[in-house]
Amino acid sequence: MSLYVDISKDLGSFRLSAQFEAENDVTGILGASGCGKSMTLKCIAGIMKPDRGRIVLNETVLFDSEKKISLPPQKRHIGLLFQNYALFPHMTVEKNLMTARRTVERDEKKARKAVGEMIERFYLTGLENHRPDQLSGGQQQRTALARILLTNPRLLMLDEPFSALDGYLRWNLELELMDILKEFENTVLFVSHSRDEIYRLCDKACVMDQGKSTPVVPVKTMFDEPETLAACMLSGCKNYSQAQPGWDPDGGEVRKRWVYAKDWGVRLECRHGVSGDIAYIGVRSHYIHILSDREEERPNMFSCRILRIVEDVFNMVIMVTPLNPGSDSARLRLEMPKEEWRTYANGEKGNGGDIIRVWIAPHDILLLRE
Amino acid sequence: MDWYPLYNSLRIALISSGIVFFAGVFAAYYIAKLNPVAKGVLDVILTLPLVLPPTVVGYFLLLFLGTKRPVGMWFLDQLGIKMVMTWYSGIFAASAVAFPLMYRTARGAFESFDETLAYAGQTLGLSGTYIFWRIRLPACRQGIMAGLVLAFARALGEYGATSMLAGYTPGRTATISTTVYQLWRTDNDELAFRWVMVNMAISAVVLLAVNMLEKGNRGRRKG
Repeated sequence: MSLYVDISKDLGSFRLSAQFEAENDVTGILGASGCGKSMTLKCIAGIMKPDRGRIVLNETVLFDSEKKISLPPQKRHIGLLFQNYALFPHMTVEKNLMTARRTVERDEKKARKAVGEMIERFYLTGLENHRPDQLSGGQQQRTALARILLTNPRLLMLDEPFSALDGYLRWNLELELMDILKEFENTVLFVSHSRDEIYRLCDKACVMDQGKSTPVVPVKTMFDEPETLAACMLSGCKNYSQAQPGWDPDGGEVRKRWVYAKDWGVRLECRHGVSGDIAYIGVRSHYIHILSDREEERPNMFSCRILRIVEDVFNMVIMVTPLNPGSDSARLRLEMPKEEWRTYANGEKGNGGDIIRVWIAPHDILLLRE
Repeated sequence: MDWYPLYNSLRIALISSGIVFFAGVFAAYYIAKLNPVAKGVLDVILTLPLVLPPTVVGYFLLLFLGTKRPVGMWFLDQLGIKMVMTWYSGIFAASAVAFPLMYRTARGAFESFDETLAYAGQTLGLSGTYIFWRIRLPACRQGIMAGLVLAFARALGEYGATSMLAGYTPGRTATISTTVYQLWRTDNDELAFRWVMVNMAISAVVLLAVNMLEKGNRGRRKG
C-alpha cells in the first residue's frame, strides 16, 4: 500500500516538479504558500492534469503521460480535504454525508446506517439538519472529514486543514485529527506551511520550494539534519551564512571538518567532514551560547556586539553582530529562556553595545546545500 | 371580453421561459469555460438581442424563418410547418428577446460559484451530471431564478419581434401587447384599458413572487 508520484507541470512563470513516495503512514509536505503544494494534491486527485509523469497508488496507475492513462477523479478513490472544507452549502450535514456515501453504497438503508454511525463517531449528533453555514469551523471540518471517510478512500489528502481556524480551537482539532489519522489505515498526505503541525502529525515529510520537492525523510531527520537551505529555513532556523568548506582565511592548515562562515567572518569546526557542495551553514537561535568571562577560550568562539534585546513571551531574543573582519552587516539571533538570560545578565554585561563572547558547538552547525 | 390574448401570452411566455432556461444555463456554463477571446466574441453575439430594437431581432428572425427563406421554406416543404404568422411564432420571437437576460444572469451566477465544490464532488465520486444539477445549479439558484423571472417577464411583454413574426390575428396570434396596440389603434380605449389592467396585475404578481422568493431564501440562509 503506497503512493508513488513523479510529475511535472509547466505554467509559464511557475514550474511544478514533484517527486516523492509515501507509504502507509502520514507523510507531510512542508512548504510556503504558493510553492505548489496544493497543486500537487490536485494533480494526484485528478482535478488538475500534469504535463508529464506518473502517479501510482497501490499498484493502480492513476496517471501515466507516456501510456496516456489519466483516470478521472471519480475513479481514483482519493479523499481530499479542501482548505475551506467545500461542504455543499445547500445541503444539511446529513445530506452532505448521504450524498458521499451513496457513491459507494447503493442500498439506501445501509447507507443511512453508515452515515448514522459516522455522525456519532464525529460528534455531529444533533447537527444532522444543520446547514454548513450554521456550523462552527471545527464542526465543518469534522463534517468534511466524515464525508470523505464515508467513501472509503485509499488515500487521504489534507490541504492546510487548520488554516481556516485559530488558536485554541486549532489545537483541539489537531488532537482530534491525530486520533482520526491513527485509525485510518491507508496512506495520508498532509500539506502545511507550519513546521510545528508537520512535526507533530507526520511520520515522514518532504519540503517543497518553488515547485520542487525534496526526498521524503523521517520528520526527526528533517528537523535535526535539514539538508538544503530552503528546508532549513522552513524548519525554523534563523541564522545563516554563506559557507566555504575546508578553507581557512589565514592560509593555515586546511582540515576536512572546517568550514569558513563567510558572512560571519569566522572559521568553524564541525562534527563531521564538510563535503564540497556545502554552500551554507545554519545555526538555530537556541544553539548559540553566551560564554561568561570566567569560561575559557575554545574553538568556535567569537566576539559579538549586542545590538538589541527583545523580550518575548517566554524567551529573551538577543540580536548581535559578530566583530570579525567583513561581518558588519551580519545579524545573529540568539534566544534563551528568560531565567537563563537573567542569570547571565545579573553579574555581567547585558546591555546594548556590550561585547560578549558566543560559542557554537560543532554538532549544532547545520551543513546545507543550495 | 375575449380572454384568448391572455391565454396566448401566458403560454408563449411559459414555453419560451422553458426554452430560454435550458439554452441560457447551458450557454452560460460552457461559455464560462472558454478562453477569453472566444468568450468575448460569443458574449457580444448572445447579448446583442438585449440591446437591439426588437424589430431588428424580428427582422433577423424573418430572414431565417420566413416562408421564402431557407429554414422557413424547409420546414414548410418537408414538415408542412409554417414558421411565421402562427401562435407559436411568438415563441421564437419571445425566446430570442428573453434569452440574453437568462444567459447573463446565469453566467454571473456561475462565475461566482466556488469551483472547489465541484472538485470536492468529483473526488467524492459524484458524476458530472449530478454535480451540475444537484450542486452547481442549487448553489447558483438565486441568480438563475432571478434570470428566469426576468426572462419570463420579458417574454410576456414582448411586442416588436412578435408583431413581425406572428402578426395580429384575433383568436389566433393575438397576445396582450399586440391586442392593446390594436385596440388603441381602433379607438377602443375602454377595452385597451382593461387589457392594460390585466397586464399590470400579472406583472405585479410576478414581482411579488420574486420578492417572496428572495425573502424565503434569506430566511432559510439565516435558519
